[in-house]
Amino acid sequence: MTAAPFTDEELARLRADFPILSRTVRGGHPLVYLDSGATSHKPVQVLDAERRFYEHTNAAVHRGAHQLSEEGTDAYEAARETIARFIGASAGEVVFTRNATEALNLVAYAFTNGTHGGGGGRGDRFSLRPGDEVLVTEMEHHANLIPWQEACRRTGATLRWVPVTEDGRLDLTDLDELLTERTKVFAFTHVSNVLGTVNPVRELAERAHAVGALAVLDACQSVPHLPVDVADLGVDFLAFSGHKMFGPLGIGVLWGRAELLDEMPVFLTGGSMIETVTMEGATYAPVPQKFEAGVPVAAQAVGLAAACDHLTALGLDRVHAHEQMLTERLLRGLAERPWVRVLGPADLRERGGAVAFVVDGVHAHDVGQVLDDRGVEVRVGHHCAWPLHRKLRAAASTRASFAAYTTPGEVDALLEALDRVPAIFGTEVPV
Amino acid sequence: MDLYQELILEHSKRPVNHGLREPFDAESHHVNPTCGDEVTVRVHLSGAGDDAVVEDVSYDSMGCSISVASASILAEEVTGGTVAHARETYEAMRAMLTSKGEDPGDEEQIGDGVALAGVAKYPARVKCALLSWSAFTDALYQAEGAKQ
Repeated sequence: MTAAPFTDEELARLRADFPILSRTVRGGHPLVYLDSGATSHKPVQVLDAERRFYEHTNAAVHRGAHQLSEEGTDAYEAARETIARFIGASAGEVVFTRNATEALNLVAYAFTNGTHGGGGGRGDRFSLRPGDEVLVTEMEHHANLIPWQEACRRTGATLRWVPVTEDGRLDLTDLDELLTERTKVFAFTHVSNVLGTVNPVRELAERAHAVGALAVLDACQSVPHLPVDVADLGVDFLAFSGHKMFGPLGIGVLWGRAELLDEMPVFLTGGSMIETVTMEGATYAPVPQKFEAGVPVAAQAVGLAAACDHLTALGLDRVHAHEQMLTERLLRGLAERPWVRVLGPADLRERGGAVAFVVDGVHAHDVGQVLDDRGVEVRVGHHCAWPLHRKLRAAASTRASFAAYTTPGEVDALLEALDRVPAIFGTEVPV
Repeated sequence: MDLYQELILEHSKRPVNHGLREPFDAESHHVNPTCGDEVTVRVHLSGAGDDAVVEDVSYDSMGCSISVASASILAEEVTGGTVAHARETYEAMRAMLTSKGEDPGDEEQIGDGVALAGVAKYPARVKCALLSWSAFTDALYQAEGAKQ
C-alpha cells in the first residue's frame, strides 16, 4: 500500500508541535515558511529533549567519573543508537560532527592525512597522489565540492566531474571515461538541494566499487525527507545535518562502513579522541571516538535523537508522500505560468521536494523580496551551488523547499504572491 | 511595497550610461557572494587631486533591480563632478543605506539615490545597493594612484 499525504487534521496537529509556525512576519502576514531545505523548524519534543539534558544531565561526556558524567555519557550513546537505527546502521558506524560540511571535510582531510602517513590510518586506501582522481558532480553543494578541490590541491590529485543535463539530471553517458582505475573517491549527492533530482545512488555506488573507488554520499536533502537505509544504498560514507531534519543546529553525522572508519586517518585532533599521549606523539581511540575531538555535542545529539523519533512517529514514507504531493502542486502551478522557468526535472519522477525557478527578466532577489512582503519565505541566490547555476545559465534562482509541516495552502500562497512579480516589475505576461 | 519606487524600477530597466567604455584609468570588479551578482566599474579622470574631474563612469552590472538601479544612479550622480564630490556622494549613500532607516538621505547630495532609502530597512539588500559604489571607490582609488 502506498503511503498517503497528511490530512488537514493531521497537519493541524503536526503543526501545533512547531511553535514558530504560528508567528506572523512583515506586518502581520502569517509565516509561510518554504525554506526547510536550508534549515527546518524544531518541534517542542526536540526543544524539550535538549532542555531536559541541560537541566538534569549536563556534563562533559566521556570524561570524569561522577554521576552526571555517567548519565550524560549514557544519554549521548543512547542518542547515537537511535540515530544509527534511523538510517539502518549500527551505533559504532555513526560519527558525530558539527554539521554535514564538517562530516564531508572529515573524509576529505582523512585522505590528505593518509597521503602523508599521518592520522593513525592503516593501509593506503586513504591517500591521494598525482595521477589519482576524485570524481564529483556538477550538481554538488559547495560542501561536497570545495573540500575535494582542496584535497586535490593539497595532494596533486586531479578533480573531475560528471556533467548535468539541461533537464537537471546527471549525464552518465561518459561515466566510463570519468570513473576509472585512477578514481579513488566518487562523491555525489543523493538529492540535489537545488533541482530536487534524486540520483541513482545504488547504481553509482556499484560503478564506483567496480573500479575500486569509495562512494561518498551527501544525504542532507534525503535523510530528512524519505526513508534512507545505508545498507540499501550501498555507499561507503554518508553525511547529513541535524538542523535540516527538525534537530538542533551544531550537529551533523558521518556514517561510514565499520572497516573503513577503522582504517581511516583522523581529522580533528585533541581531547577525547586519544588512546595514549606522550610529548612526542599519540595513539588514537577506537571508532567512533577517534573522530570526535573535543567535548562531545551531547545535548545536540539528544535533540537529534528526539528529531529522529519524531520523524519515525510521523512515518518517513508518509512524509515523502506528503512532500511529493506538495511538489506536484507547485510544479503544476508553475507550469501554468509561462514566465517561470523551473530548474530541474519538470515531473515527479526521481524528484524530491526542492523546487528552484527563475522568473523571466526578474532577478531572484527581487522575486524573493516580493514574496517576503507577503510572508512567503523562500531561498534566493545560488543556494551554495554556483557552478550548477552557471551551467543552467541562471545567475541566481528562487527556491521553495518543504518539510512534513508544509501545507498545500502554503504552496498556493507562494503562487498567489508570485503573481505580483510581473505586475511590479512590468515584465511581459503572455496570455 | 515601498522598496520598489517607480524611480528604482525606471533606473533598473533603463540604466544610465550602461556599458563598458574606453578610455579609462582604472577598473574594478566586485561580486556579491550570497547571490552571485557582479559589477564591473571603470573610471576615467582628468586632472589631479580633489579637483580632478570624473569624466566617465562606465559599468557592466549583472544583478537584481536594486543593484542595477544603484549603479545607474552612481553614473548619473558622479559623472562630470569632481573627485571630492564623488567621495562625498559615496559617503552620503553609504550613511543612508547603513542607517537601518534612520537617515532618509539628502536629495541635494545624492539625487535619485534617495529612492533607495527603503533598502536600509532590509539588511540583506544593503549589499546589493552598495555593490557598484564599492567597486567605484576602489576604481577611483586606483585611478588616482595611476595619475600620481
